Amino acid sequence: MKTQIKIALKIFILFTVLLGGIYPLVITGVAQLVFPEKANGSLIAVDNKVVGSKLIGQKFNSDIYFSSRPSATDYNPLPSGGSNLGLTSEKLKQQVDERKLQFVKVNQLDENEPIPSEMLFASASGLDPHISPDAAIIQVGRIENARNFNSTQKQQLFQAINRLTEEPQFLFLGEARINVLQLNLELDKIDVNHIRNN
Amino acid sequence: MTTLDFIQIIMYFALLIGLTPVLGNYMSRVFSGQKHFMSPVFGWLEKLIYKFSGINPDEETNWKTYTFSLLAFNAIGLLFVFLLQVSQSYLPLNPAQLPNVSWHSAINTAISFATNTNWQGYSGETTMSYLVQMMGLTVQNFVSAATGIAVLLALIKGLSRRSSATIGNFWTDLTRSTIYVLLPMAILFSIVLVGQGVIQNFHSYQTVHTLQGTEQVLPMGPAASQIAIKQIGTNGGGYFNANSAHPFENPTPFSNFLEMLTILLIPAALTYTYGKMVGSVRQGWTIFSVMLILLLTGLAISLYGEYSGNPVFGQLHLMEGKETRFGITNSVLWSTTTTAASNGSVISMHDSLSPLAGMVAMINIMLGEVIFGGVGAGLYGMIIFVILTVFIAGLMVGRSPEYLGKKVEAFEVQMSIIAVLAPSLVILLFTAWAAVSPYGLSSLNNQGPHGFSEILYAYSSAAGNNGSAFAGLNANTVFYNLTLGIGMLIGRFGIIIPVLAIAGNMARKNITPSSSGTFRTDNGLFSGLLIAVILIVGGLTFFPALSLGPIVEHLLLNHGITF
Repeated sequence: MKTQIKIALKIFILFTVLLGGIYPLVITGVAQLVFPEKANGSLIAVDNKVVGSKLIGQKFNSDIYFSSRPSATDYNPLPSGGSNLGLTSEKLKQQVDERKLQFVKVNQLDENEPIPSEMLFASASGLDPHISPDAAIIQVGRIENARNFNSTQKQQLFQAINRLTEEPQFLFLGEARINVLQLNLELDKIDVNHIRNN
Repeated sequence: MTTLDFIQIIMYFALLIGLTPVLGNYMSRVFSGQKHFMSPVFGWLEKLIYKFSGINPDEETNWKTYTFSLLAFNAIGLLFVFLLQVSQSYLPLNPAQLPNVSWHSAINTAISFATNTNWQGYSGETTMSYLVQMMGLTVQNFVSAATGIAVLLALIKGLSRRSSATIGNFWTDLTRSTIYVLLPMAILFSIVLVGQGVIQNFHSYQTVHTLQGTEQVLPMGPAASQIAIKQIGTNGGGYFNANSAHPFENPTPFSNFLEMLTILLIPAALTYTYGKMVGSVRQGWTIFSVMLILLLTGLAISLYGEYSGNPVFGQLHLMEGKETRFGITNSVLWSTTTTAASNGSVISMHDSLSPLAGMVAMINIMLGEVIFGGVGAGLYGMIIFVILTVFIAGLMVGRSPEYLGKKVEAFEVQMSIIAVLAPSLVILLFTAWAAVSPYGLSSLNNQGPHGFSEILYAYSSAAGNNGSAFAGLNANTVFYNLTLGIGMLIGRFGIIIPVLAIAGNMARKNITPSSSGTFRTDNGLFSGLLIAVILIVGGLTFFPALSLGPIVEHLLLNHGITF
């Protein structure tokens, strides 16, 4: 029995060094060499200033930007998470009703116009970087008004939406989606003279 | 559901079935000590480990020594993870300057990772330093999975040997599983994951200035190396709080497909390995098919629950707690597979699933984590049910029961009953306790039957060593950390010890050659009986509890009642 305990201690030390030290360090080395940008968080810089990560959603509630999804953490990544409300939760029902009213009002929609459901429900991570292409298109009118777009700019926005729409990966995996941060960066590019009002 | 939804599901199962014999065959070569393509790569490492640790790989032990070695090794790991957490603020690689973890959370997490449960009462990005994630948790991700495989290998030896006093060597089983199966897969997979966008660095947390002019702090760290093994080893403990729903942990539909495939890959392949090693591939496929049937049934019920509308939300797609890039179908395929296997990682918040999908997740766990189950653990759990089925079938037809030529006698049946009852008792007794005590109820996030489901799910998850949660429950309290910790220990070792006892007892027996009178265990009739036994045992144990939770919630939802 004593021998077994001795072996257990030794092999545990060895495994800790191998699996807890060497393995993650080697993977980090390879990752930094082959995919440095991705390994470091797919950060996006504008004018040498980091404005966010391509993968991590941001809160957008301004008129001049495409809105992102509701988030249980208000897009604070520390820590990530969802609302964890069940479908029989009165609180969830009220939240969805309020979001519906708000979305209809802000985007000046018909009351019966169907709203893409991801705009009414909070995501799992609280950091969902995407919305569906439908959810982007339904907001276009409001943004064009807020920014006083001319017809060239409207055309450019239309093209940007098309370009940034990601179809299911390899044609069959996942859902069609559009990255909200990237789309809003395009908006600012199209609208160079716009002075940020916040 | 669209055609694409069906195509994704079909592709998933086609790949799983296709890879089962490939990986299964490789593992049977590894575990029976034959030459294989990884021997030239890591053979030196295996020898080095034996030499340094003083292991004689040719020496075999009886089941008691095997069990003792296993327990000693796990106890040391548990203690080390505990100590790391409560002293992390004095240790390096803690750029976010996180304080020491509380004693009760640290105990819970140490048990959780040592038992392959990977239940998380904490949020990774605001609790654990890089050092703890690597040296503590990543290591346990590997060795707890390897421990599960080792127990299975001991049981296989017990079933396939004649009149033997020994059931193998725990150290060689542990080492081979780790360096020839888990480590190569983890290396390959973590690099693929980084290629999809999973982070892997040692930077401090990054502050970014958002377009709307606020600040956002992005957590960093060596995530990919841990996420790879948490999927492969059916661990499931996320690097971040949102687990695989976090875009840094699972950024694309392709990373998602692979993470989902690796949940079931080793547990599925082990059925083939099993068949190979007991001398009949058919036996392995029979078990595989039983697991697959149970899994697909659960998947169908879950999809129905998610896609059929309800009076509260009408025809809205139920996207609460789900990510846009994955959608509903992937979320449900994941919630079904991660609970069938005792993985427990999530891409959607199970608390927000429809009552039916949430119930399937719970049932998958309650049935004993035998629908593919944890690596090694799922299959040895299933063999417990096989033994019970053989015994019950023997009673019905009046023959003395035997399995693979070994007589099934009172001792095996007693041990099997202990292994089935231990986790069930944990679930029912602790749930009852929490549901009537103020310190249990004060942690709830939901009212009505869904609140009860949060408690029931938590103890099922602990006892089944799954680790997923109805995460609204605030489990980071002294009461929950300790009771769940005890539940995880009983759910793990309350099965491992009886299984090893069966292995030891079976090894001693002779093998009677099969004849026309032998009750076959590799055909459709037996599969049907096995499914019936699993469902009847599970149903008798858990139906009353389920009717107070998800079943009544489903009925109330359909009447538009909220709490």
